[in-house]
Amino acid sequence: MLKIEGLTAEVEGKQILKGIDLEVPAGEIHAIMGPNGSGKSTLSYVLSGREGYEITGGSVTFNGIDLLAMEPEERAAAGLFLAFQYPVELPGVGNALFLRTALNAVRKARGEPELDAMQFLKVARDRLKALHISEDMLKRGVNVGFSGGEKKRNEVLQMALLSPKLAILDETDSGLDIDALKIVADGVNALRAPGFSSLVITHYQRLLDYIVPDKVHVLMNGRIVQTGGPELAKQLEESGYASVQAAA
Amino acid sequence: MPAVTETIDTVQSVTEGTYKWGFETDIEMEFAPKGLNEDIVRFISKKKNEPQWLLDWRLKAFAIWKKMEEPVWAAVKYPPIDYQDAYYYAAPVQKVKPKSLDEVDPELLRTYAKLGIPLKEQAILAGVEGAGETPSDAGRMPVAVDAVFDSVSVATTFKARLEKEGIIFCAISEAVQTHPELVRQYLGTVVPQGDNFYAALNSAVFTDGSFVYIPKGVRCPMELSTYFRINAKSTGQFERTLIIAEEGSTVSYLEGCTAPMRDENQLHAAVVELVALDDATIKYSTVQNWYPGDAEGRGGIYNFVTKRAHCRGRRSKVSWTQVETGSAITWKYPSCVLLGDDSVGEFYSVAITNNRQQADTGTKMIHVGKRTTSTIVSKGISAGRGQNTYRGLVRVAPTASSARNFTQCDSLLIGDQCGAHTVPYIENRCMTAKVEHEATTSRIAEDQLFYCRQRGLSEEDAVGLIVNGFCREVLKELPMEFAVEAQKLLQISLEGSVG
Ligand SMILES: Nc1ncnc2c1ncn2[C@@H]1O[C@H](COP(=O)(O)OP(=O)(O)OP(=O)(O)O)[C@@H](O)[C@H]1O
Ligand SMILES: [Mg+2]
Repeated sequence: MLKIEGLTAEVEGKQILKGIDLEVPAGEIHAIMGPNGSGKSTLSYVLSGREGYEITGGSVTFNGIDLLAMEPEERAAAGLFLAFQYPVELPGVGNALFLRTALNAVRKARGEPELDAMQFLKVARDRLKALHISEDMLKRGVNVGFSGGEKKRNEVLQMALLSPKLAILDETDSGLDIDALKIVADGVNALRAPGFSSLVITHYQRLLDYIVPDKVHVLMNGRIVQTGGPELAKQLEESGYASVQAAA
Repeated sequence: MPAVTETIDTVQSVTEGTYKWGFETDIEMEFAPKGLNEDIVRFISKKKNEPQWLLDWRLKAFAIWKKMEEPVWAAVKYPPIDYQDAYYYAAPVQKVKPKSLDEVDPELLRTYAKLGIPLKEQAILAGVEGAGETPSDAGRMPVAVDAVFDSVSVATTFKARLEKEGIIFCAISEAVQTHPELVRQYLGTVVPQGDNFYAALNSAVFTDGSFVYIPKGVRCPMELSTYFRINAKSTGQFERTLIIAEEGSTVSYLEGCTAPMRDENQLHAAVVELVALDDATIKYSTVQNWYPGDAEGRGGIYNFVTKRAHCRGRRSKVSWTQVETGSAITWKYPSCVLLGDDSVGEFYSVAITNNRQQADTGTKMIHVGKRTTSTIVSKGISAGRGQNTYRGLVRVAPTASSARNFTQCDSLLIGDQCGAHTVPYIENRCMTAKVEHEATTSRIAEDQLFYCRQRGLSEEDAVGLIVNGFCREVLKELPMEFAVEAQKLLQISLEGSVG
């Protein structure tokens, strides 16, 4: 599914990713943990094609195709979804309109028929209900005036609607109450399928109680320094990154 | 390429490719000789078979105009206009005045069809008498249309139905013949002949436009709409619109405008006068889409327009909503003189300038009556090398006790070669009045664009979505059907091919 080899990238002339090697096979969920500033969000932006992140070496393939050669919207159409660490506000743009526009853009690119407002509403209601999210969320401006937790739920809602092949969740669990944490986990678990993979970036072991990862990677200073099973997350929670540093 | 530069490119490639209304209609035209003098004024008046008083009125305007200087205070730049090098009268040749759309040149109708004008009543008018009683599209609010082609009104629809309610909706040249007393009573009472240079010019040579009269207590049962089309070369368009809403009446009126793509600049100097009496409401919406010129600023319409409303009656209300996407230069300040106690003035505006377009637009709210209120919401969007100026005046006379105004001016910049300017004048001479002004300037942020693109939207769709969001407060003031049109138009005026 996703194959990253020797990936290096800079931001504003400063090297942040210093050679990432990572493979996520189809159907697997991998967690990425690591201290603040280690490059986790940078990796997610590089994978999704954000401007300003200059790739200086390495390669990334997504189901065999060169991901780095694609525009961000092409990557989205191909099935890549990023749940933002800091979801962006779009004043005056209704959430329902935004979600429908996004869904239709992706459907169109995949050769599926577009949904009209009524059809969309039906689909959206189903997803809202499954995720225990209030319908009010559709009526408001995109992320405008949303609480931190509401913004994250909105990301999960979008993920559920767009049904991606690869979902990158960048600290979607940060700042969530327990109920919301379950919503996030349910969102990811509902997508679990042989053709679905996910990269879950998190600081906390508790999310991984709900989304049990196949592998846990530790990213430090722009490199993956350790990889293990779910028990690695527990170990990190107890002893912090110092032990990893020592081992690396 | 950084997102912003790419967006500028996107936006810059727009005008050549995407002005979809730039075609020309090949039709037999009748012109007055080029140039402007008393004889031309007489010629126009004679063509329109006008009474002596109106000819005198025009000649007086012409005399005033000759003594006036073109205004230079607006933040717009253009080479001097040679007023002698233009035609002041151009009309499709027509043997008799058409009684129905049937008799109108099919080429003209095709033009309007291309413009997407809902002249759907064609079938009705062509068919059985009385068929006009049923709206053309079931469940849809019918729209009565007056179509003005260069200097003349070519067709007005739904007339019979409106006449039943006592509503007059026709070409102003026709109203001069059929209701001279009304025209004479109101013409020039809101915008006098000598009001400003362009208004004086218009008063001398105006050729057509719409006339609307809503009788006492009548709520106009449909949207009234006029489509203006400049087609002929080297021709100025000087239309004049007069709307009178009697006591307790209500009307919603919409104008739309387009022109062919030409290398030369063409002048459009309209005058619109609105009169609202006690408890009357006039909603006047404009979707202005004159040809804006090409990317280098060649061609395009000079849109120098005077629009003013008199809220003469108590509790009368006038609401201006404008979406200005076209024209090389826009010079336009739809205003309200709030004379009646408790009268209300509103101005909602979206102005887009792209490439070399320049817009100096805003409003004047003149508070005279007690407890008068006004609201101004202006959204300016500048892209390419566009220059966008909001210029507004809020004047509160000593008589306007407890008057209130709220003004909000927001500017959105796309790229770094465009400009946005806000010039609010406030003259408050009343102790008990309250005047508030808020202004913001922002850019489309890179993270907003990226967020949208990550969700699968193309860059141009993302820009369109964000711009529409920025304009929402104004767009929601438009009549439903036109709001959708306007949204598409905003998108089109900013779209282009990415990459
Ligand atoms: N636009 C930028 N300009 C300059 N430095 C940047 C920029 N973006 C990221 N960085 C730097 O890159 C490094 C990695 O940042 P990144 O956001 O990827 O960290 P992270 O692992 O996601 O941290 P956190 O756990 O706090 O979210 C940091 O030192 C950060 O300051
Ligand atoms: Mg981060």
